Amino acid sequence: MLDYTPKEITERKALNVNPAKTCQPIGAMYAALGINKCLPHSHGSQGCCSYHRMHLTRHFRDPIVASTSSFTEGACVFGGKSNLVKGIQNVFNIYNPDIIAVNTTCLSETIGDDVGEFIRDSKVPEGKRVIYANTPSYAGSHVTGFSNMCKSMVTQIAESTMGEGNNGKVNIMPGFVEPSDMKEIKRIAEEIGMDYTMYPDTSDVVNTPNTGKYDMYPEGGTSVEAIRESGDAMATVALGKYTSEEAAFKLEHKCKVAPYVLKVPLGIKATDAMIFKFIELTGKSVPKALEKERGQLVDLMVDVHHHYHGKKVAIFGDPDIVTAMTEFVIDLGMIPKYVLTGTPGKVFAKDIYHMLENAGIEGSSVKSEGDLFELHQWIKNEPVDLIIGNTYGKYIARAENIPLVRVGFPILDRVGHSYFPVVGYMGAMRLIEKISTAFLDKYDQECADEDFELVM
Amino acid sequence: MPSEHVILDSRKSFIIEKGVAAGATIDCDKESLSGAVSQRACVYCGARVVLNPITDAVHIVHGPIGCASYTWDIRGSLSSDSEMYRNSFSTDLREKDIIFGGETKLAKAIEEVYSAYHPKIIFVYATCVVGVIGDDVDAVCKLAEQTYNLRVIPVKSPGFTGNKRTGYKMACMALMQLMGDEPHEEKIPYTINYLGDFNLAAEAWIIQKYLREMGIRVISTITGDASYSTLINAPKASYNVVQCAGSMTYLAKQMKKTYGIPFEKVRFLGVDETVKALRKIAYLVGDTKVIERTNALIEREMKKTHERLETYKKKVAGKKAAIYVGGGFKAIALIKQFRNLGMHVVVVGTQTGDSEEYAMIRRLTEDGTVILDDANPSELQKFAMDKQADLLVGGVKERPLAYKLGMAFIDHNHERKHALSGFEGAVNFAKEVDMTLNSPVWHYVKNKNKTI
Repeated sequence: MLDYTPKEITERKALNVNPAKTCQPIGAMYAALGINKCLPHSHGSQGCCSYHRMHLTRHFRDPIVASTSSFTEGACVFGGKSNLVKGIQNVFNIYNPDIIAVNTTCLSETIGDDVGEFIRDSKVPEGKRVIYANTPSYAGSHVTGFSNMCKSMVTQIAESTMGEGNNGKVNIMPGFVEPSDMKEIKRIAEEIGMDYTMYPDTSDVVNTPNTGKYDMYPEGGTSVEAIRESGDAMATVALGKYTSEEAAFKLEHKCKVAPYVLKVPLGIKATDAMIFKFIELTGKSVPKALEKERGQLVDLMVDVHHHYHGKKVAIFGDPDIVTAMTEFVIDLGMIPKYVLTGTPGKVFAKDIYHMLENAGIEGSSVKSEGDLFELHQWIKNEPVDLIIGNTYGKYIARAENIPLVRVGFPILDRVGHSYFPVVGYMGAMRLIEKISTAFLDKYDQECADEDFELVM
Repeated sequence: MPSEHVILDSRKSFIIEKGVAAGATIDCDKESLSGAVSQRACVYCGARVVLNPITDAVHIVHGPIGCASYTWDIRGSLSSDSEMYRNSFSTDLREKDIIFGGETKLAKAIEEVYSAYHPKIIFVYATCVVGVIGDDVDAVCKLAEQTYNLRVIPVKSPGFTGNKRTGYKMACMALMQLMGDEPHEEKIPYTINYLGDFNLAAEAWIIQKYLREMGIRVISTITGDASYSTLINAPKASYNVVQCAGSMTYLAKQMKKTYGIPFEKVRFLGVDETVKALRKIAYLVGDTKVIERTNALIEREMKKTHERLETYKKKVAGKKAAIYVGGGFKAIALIKQFRNLGMHVVVVGTQTGDSEEYAMIRRLTEDGTVILDDANPSELQKFAMDKQADLLVGGVKERPLAYKLGMAFIDHNHERKHALSGFEGAVNFAKEVDMTLNSPVWHYVKNKNKTI
């Protein structure tokens, strides 16, 4: 299909071809699902809500439910107030969530709907809540939308109730990662014996067990009460600059909770950093179990380092994931030749170049606000050995006969991501397995008879 | 569980139970309730799914990135030649474009597409926000046509201007604009256009194979595996045959008006419908030889298909099915297919069915069948469970819901992996029904209210 990508690179100013991002509301919807008994609500046309649910459903293979304001031409002319006010009433009547999280769309943003005011004028039943985030699709990306909804959880729910005191808990903001990753981060915190609140937390919401019945509000997700109390926490560990930093800073501003912004704990270095931060905050020591896991990871790295050392890799996807992934592949001795995100933002390239420089790697291309057409052109001009990214990478992978390791969002053609983490030491082991298997499978399929070996 | 689900008063007129609410008509073709978890999509979605299978077209989505992202390679429409349509092009509007207008960016994007690919045709989709900021997409397209000497066709599809059905109409209007308004008096005998098949899993090719055997040439398949050159020749066909009535009847009517091409609606879903459709086409052409060849084809295929279907029928007969699909015509064909397999249809719903189709659905279903328009997941859950359905037919959003309820599932939408049209399709369908209904996995699903 991508035989149409010309090798010659010409400057494009107006055209995005094969995007490496999507729009804000879907990120906001995913974040909102991380609140217990929350129904996300999309304030705009039906299509947006339908597309976001469809995409999330394909990725998680679980029912993803969200309501919509169902805009018509009338709403566009007269504003969406009556749609939202009526919508909120209907949602509480029909679906009875504890909380509605409204996200705007490019349409409602452009006609200038004041969603905050509409909500204040709505009838919200006793004990229920409605929060909202402004998520115009023409700014940022789905990553920004996730960040904006997290920020809204802080600004509209979190409170400081104990004055200067704190409740001894640490807030963990996990970023736009899989439910499996959120669960793994919680497990690490529990191993250490840290009292924490993670939000949002989509584990057990979008990866629910099959029980023979459908529960619109699965047991997972952070309770509204826990988010409220996060204002009393001793610190916030925000994982990922693009997804979690702003919410953590807001919480500092609002409730004086100290923020620590780290990378998503993907790879050995980033996991070390997270664990050391947890240790530092709690004054506990590194538990034996985690030490053992780290040792096992290092053992695996030693066992197979020759499989991937010196190989060139293209990494694309969401900035926080790509940044941590780049750090990890450098640790594996690989060369991140192309590093690209579709999400706009200046920090990304700076961070990546800094890592490459420290590792003495030259000649790599790094870009934010790029698209997969451009990545493909780079690869056509100078090939790589491996692509790491979401499902959309499969077009390039096939066209150029390069293995693809699927990491990120969305993954529409494989299973397992909701259950097996890529974060932490265990996740790093899984990534090594995937990377090394990708190389070896290709070798087994393509090598000459005399090179075909049982032991590799 | 089911009793917990409230059906809102305003939704009640959209739902009937056959034999119980006799005489009542069903509400349809109306706006969804604000706040509902609707399964419906928007105007843009309707327009895009219809036009996207045109294989050598560049489809530029003029709007923020989401609309293009979610529809990138959206259906498994196959192509016999160009693969251009499988790329995703967008103007990726940003904040400043919203403030100052996106016309310049669109013009530049068309220029960039032109210089990279020199395509024969570009479709430009105007999305929600473009409708609001008021970009003159028509003017930009017109100017681009003159500048680059290619067809640049605007598709007016702001999401809020209706529902998916409106989008189908917008797509048809774009196709008419492409084909032009010149009447074509001279028709090529023994030729048809095949409308409303999107060549998912090679379905259009299966039908074309039958037609070839019958001695009928297909000038243009619209829009599965269509291309610029086949589409502009479409006005020369003697007849139009419409498979997906929901999306393509409007185009057939327009083509009749403009080019004088008579049309017939057909359905190639299921054995009965396929036979009926082939006969209809043969008699439309009216040539004895064509009719003879058609009868021979039908006899041969029926024999082959019947034997294969019987094996599956033994394994699935008596089970209950729920249907929730996009269009009414598909629901009707499915009811007949399930009946042929000895199964009972207990729930039928559509996103965009019209009153005529609902009337037909009522005639075809057994007493006690729930018929509903624009259903949401909790209604689907309630009725599927109340009626103890064993299987649900639906699209992407319904699949995990069915699975969670311990119900077998068939995708009859974008994600179908095997052709469901024609005789081959009928067998594939039965095979899939058997595969999902009789999977051993259901033995492990807890708390099931029934056994399979």
